Amino acid sequence: MNITTRKNYYRQGIIASSPFILVVVPFAALFGVLATEAGLDLVETMAFSIVVIAGAAQFTALQLMQENAPTAIVLLSALAVNLRMAMYSASFTPYIGAAPLWQRALCAYLTIDQTYVVGISRFEAEPQMSVPQRVAFFLGAVTPIVPLWYIFTLVGALAGARIPESWALDFAIPIAFLAMIAPMFRTPAHLVAALVAVGVSLPAAILPYSLGLIVAGIAGMMAGAQTELWLERRGVAI
Amino acid sequence: MTDIGTGTLWTVIILLGLGSFGLRFVFTGLIGDRAMPPWLLRHLRYTAVAILPALVAPQVVWPAATDGVFDIPRAAAAVVTLGVGLVTRNVILAILSGAGTLYGLLYLMG
Repeated sequence: MNITTRKNYYRQGIIASSPFILVVVPFAALFGVLATEAGLDLVETMAFSIVVIAGAAQFTALQLMQENAPTAIVLLSALAVNLRMAMYSASFTPYIGAAPLWQRALCAYLTIDQTYVVGISRFEAEPQMSVPQRVAFFLGAVTPIVPLWYIFTLVGALAGARIPESWALDFAIPIAFLAMIAPMFRTPAHLVAALVAVGVSLPAAILPYSLGLIVAGIAGMMAGAQTELWLERRGVAI
Repeated sequence: MTDIGTGTLWTVIILLGLGSFGLRFVFTGLIGDRAMPPWLLRHLRYTAVAILPALVAPQVVWPAATDGVFDIPRAAAAVVTLGVGLVTRNVILAILSGAGTLYGLLYLMG
């Protein structure tokens, strides 16, 4: 019974994250292409994607290494780009913090933007899920995404061909994220959080090392929390 | 552009891998199932709806593919995706509507 429901949640996770295949495939292939062009061999390129498993941070590191930036700067910049992962981790903690340590470590390694948003939107929508069900669902969400990240890094490194610009696949990422977050706007507080985050993100884009994203994210979270409090005080049920 | 030294490269791969894992594990790993204060939980409820729009917004307004020049097909695709997603709560339908808008307008305006 228990195993059956876990399998069921695992399957649901696979289905929920499958739209992101369209995002991951070109992004991974592009990393493979660029890494090869930067002179990395096959083992180095694959190790990069498997060990780091973070698209934007990998592109940042690759770019800075090609510019001969000092190693410390390369690391700090790429980690700053990945700083949002710490916020994802905090956001997951109330939902999977009670899972065994090895499962939390596995989920941590597998947390990327796409798997995070698939996981958190389901955890929020179905608060009565048990911890094993949440982990099963998350691992399901990872299944069509992460292996393809590895495989298409390899394909990109081997093929070395660029994806034609006319396919406009650059915009697969914004479309997939917008589609994924739209159903998460359940209360006015969610809407305020997003509007403030967007409003801050544009001027904050001038900040170096993608720090504007963190500033905008924190501003949005504070706005959401304050709106929630304000609505509570006015007796509006959330 | 110059070739990247093998030593530098492996240092970056390994330390960046450890650092990225650390960022992903810092709260689920260290806090685990201990209770977090209500004010923190209240903020964390808005992580996804704040961070992801903030990640996307600059790409919508200044797309990299057009060298940062505002692009009507991309902006329209973003608005349609979000609108359809908000109204129907259907992820696939929102993606298809957004992609349809993008390709349709790129074709018409191209």
